[in-house]
Amino acid sequence: MPEFAIEMKGIVKRFPGVVANNGIDFSLKKGEIHGLLGENGAGKTVLMSVLYGLYYPDAGDIRIDGVPHKNYRPAMAIRLGIGMVHQHFMLVPRLTVAENIMLGQEPTKSGVLLDQEAAIEKIEAFSKQYGLPVDPRARIEQLPVGEQQRVEIVKALYRGADTLILDEPTAVLTEQEIEHLGEALAKLKQEGKSIVLITHKLQEAIGMCDRITVLRKGEVIGTVDAKETSERDLAEMMVGRDVVFTVRRSQVTAEPTTVLRATEIRACDDRGLEALKGVSLELQRHEVLGIAGVQGNGQAELAEILTGLRPPTSGTISLGDLDLTGKGAKAFIDAGIAHIPADRYLRGLVMTFSVRENAILGQHRKRPFSSTPFWYHQGATTRFTREIVDAFDVKTPSVNTLAQNLSGGNQQRLIIGREFSKKPHVIIAAQPTRGLDVGGIEYVHQQLLKMRDQGAAVLLISMDLDEVMRVSDRIAVIYTGRIVAIKDPEETNRRELGELMLTGSLSSERGVGETA
Amino acid sequence: MRSVLQALKQSSFLQETGITLLSILLAFGVGCLILWAAGYSIPAVFINLWKGAFGNKIAIGNTLTKATPIILTSLSFLIAFRCGLFNIGAEGQMYIGAIITAVVGAHLHLPAILHSIVALFAGGLAGAFWGWIPGYLKAKRGVNEFVTTMMLSYVAIGLTDYLVAPRGPLHDAQAYANQTSAVLATARFARILKPTQLSWAIVVAGIAVLLVWYFLFRTPSGYELRCVGQSPTAAEYGGIRTKRKLILALSLAGLLAGLAGAGEILGTHFRFVDGFSPGYGWDGIAGGLIARAHPVGTVFSALLIGALRAGALQVQRSHAAPGDIATVLQALVIFFIIAPTLVRRLIRWRRRSVQ
Repeated sequence: MPEFAIEMKGIVKRFPGVVANNGIDFSLKKGEIHGLLGENGAGKTVLMSVLYGLYYPDAGDIRIDGVPHKNYRPAMAIRLGIGMVHQHFMLVPRLTVAENIMLGQEPTKSGVLLDQEAAIEKIEAFSKQYGLPVDPRARIEQLPVGEQQRVEIVKALYRGADTLILDEPTAVLTEQEIEHLGEALAKLKQEGKSIVLITHKLQEAIGMCDRITVLRKGEVIGTVDAKETSERDLAEMMVGRDVVFTVRRSQVTAEPTTVLRATEIRACDDRGLEALKGVSLELQRHEVLGIAGVQGNGQAELAEILTGLRPPTSGTISLGDLDLTGKGAKAFIDAGIAHIPADRYLRGLVMTFSVRENAILGQHRKRPFSSTPFWYHQGATTRFTREIVDAFDVKTPSVNTLAQNLSGGNQQRLIIGREFSKKPHVIIAAQPTRGLDVGGIEYVHQQLLKMRDQGAAVLLISMDLDEVMRVSDRIAVIYTGRIVAIKDPEETNRRELGELMLTGSLSSERGVGETA
Repeated sequence: MRSVLQALKQSSFLQETGITLLSILLAFGVGCLILWAAGYSIPAVFINLWKGAFGNKIAIGNTLTKATPIILTSLSFLIAFRCGLFNIGAEGQMYIGAIITAVVGAHLHLPAILHSIVALFAGGLAGAFWGWIPGYLKAKRGVNEFVTTMMLSYVAIGLTDYLVAPRGPLHDAQAYANQTSAVLATARFARILKPTQLSWAIVVAGIAVLLVWYFLFRTPSGYELRCVGQSPTAAEYGGIRTKRKLILALSLAGLLAGLAGAGEILGTHFRFVDGFSPGYGWDGIAGGLIARAHPVGTVFSALLIGALRAGALQVQRSHAAPGDIATVLQALVIFFIIAPTLVRRLIRWRRRSVQ
């Protein structure tokens, strides 16, 4: 039996204007968890897409179980025992877990009739064997993200995968779910599966993997043993420089001036359930207010309320003397409230528009982009886009490239560039570093703090507690639609915040709601 | 549907043109198979198709005459499509535009040229109103525009049918046919290529192509409209009032279809005749798709469909095959256009076999 489940040698993959993989060697031992680490755009996902048959490489050899294979498609990859769990799940929301898993390989009774029960039994067996609890009868749309991910993994196993590729599996998970995932992966390894874990989180790479291969700009920087490396070493390999882990915050001594005031906001989520139950916030100039909380406690609705995308059922919002209650997104934009949305695919960018068309979204009716309703200025738009691309270091072949062809980090830079160049009074940043690598995260934090130093009021909503603690001047903890505490980051710690996020109060002092 | 729109946008201009041409070739290829299977002479059919479409001055005039309304209905389809909507009702919007134009042309007394313009725009506005209704219902009540535009089409055809029927209020008492009285000479478009019916309506269509292009790609409003079509959520984020854009898009779609009807009345028939359209409104769906939702493309797609229509008559006349073969070819072209993945796969397969 060959030692390696996968061997890739000299893989080259070019896209118009970029070499995504430039002669990459990668090997996956049987029964190991192998981390594939790199910044956004380093070529991790492309390499694995080549392995999965989504792209044909321009050069290089692939051996699966010691046997060379060339130019195959995903269907073939699946037959060869490779399963891929994408960052964005490929599940049909309206169908049940069982229906999703058996899709394409439906078991039948006497060759014609669908045998759901057989599938459900098989799924339950897998679920038990690998410690991946899923309810085969539940509908996908009702499940939390963590369980949807387990469904994807079970689906891959159901199709006979021996090698699993997980593309940034933790990006969408809560800390608890990440822990469960770690356990499940260890169990899968025990059962003899080989796993590739694409990630840019150093801690996880070290904690979950046996070996780690670091990519940078389409090339392999090195493969190391997880036990013999450190976060600092890996970070250096990834970005090629010493990453500053702590953001240095300058002290601003200006008098606090409240810019945006939200009072007693109540609002419903998309299902009509009350998601915000009387939230009051005051955003001040020269300040980052961090919102800490476990996903699904009303953060998403709060961001939408404060940017005019969702009307509150009661409560008021005002910017200085300007009453914004019940106004639409345009009024909020015009008032100088910038928004870095949590979902850059759905909200932040029009993926099928060019970089240039995206650069003016929200400002497209303003000078200098359009002076009358009958004309928008190509020249001014192009100049402005070039400025953003240069100032915020957006890597793109040209301003006419479609947004969907940029890497995640560059998409985020484009959004930030667009929003910050409006010279906003208020910035609502929802999950601004989601899916970014170390360098990208650092960059976003610095930009946010720069805007704060220049006088903007910043609201930072993040599931990443470290991020909130690192960047915020004040931290508000949100729990089941209420702000349960306001803390000074200097005078609190992870444990205290964690307890507030998970229980809504501290065992030491049963707190009541406060006003931020 | 959004995936179709996306697929249309993803590839580069050259690639798109290539794919379109390939789709047309494939359609003709399959058309040949059908002809062969049915026992018709393939060369005879294609020679007559060509003769009827481009064989001489008159044939070319006929082709252009038929292409004129199809350019406008194609624009009608694509402007809604660009906003993520399906306007299936161009036929009805065209009928409404046509009847209003016929009334204004016959009963209003104005100086020449001015009369044409007023009658033309009256028709356009009437069509716009017919498009506004489903737009309003879509925006305010979420009613599926696919259904409403199509159903309103039948309402329009039925309504105009009644208006010009004997005893109908607009029936021309001197005529046996179901039609209105003739449009006054002051309102008529001059003919360009006598003895064919080609008129200044084709210039109107050409101007419309440029205006729609300009609107979509050079005005903030067009930008917003495309934005809603590509990503309603991002449009909302950008402060765009998406519902207004839906209404605008369908109203403009109605306007363009209304102009198609008006052009037919002022340039071709000089009166509203019941059943004057052989389905130009439906052709617009094909025209818009073959043009890959690009305004300039409609010129070529309308010419293709117009040529098929004109050529079909000659095929019929020559007994080479039934004229319906043109409809079959047109349907095949659409089939291959809407199946871009199929065509892409064929290209890839060819590339691989070359390697």
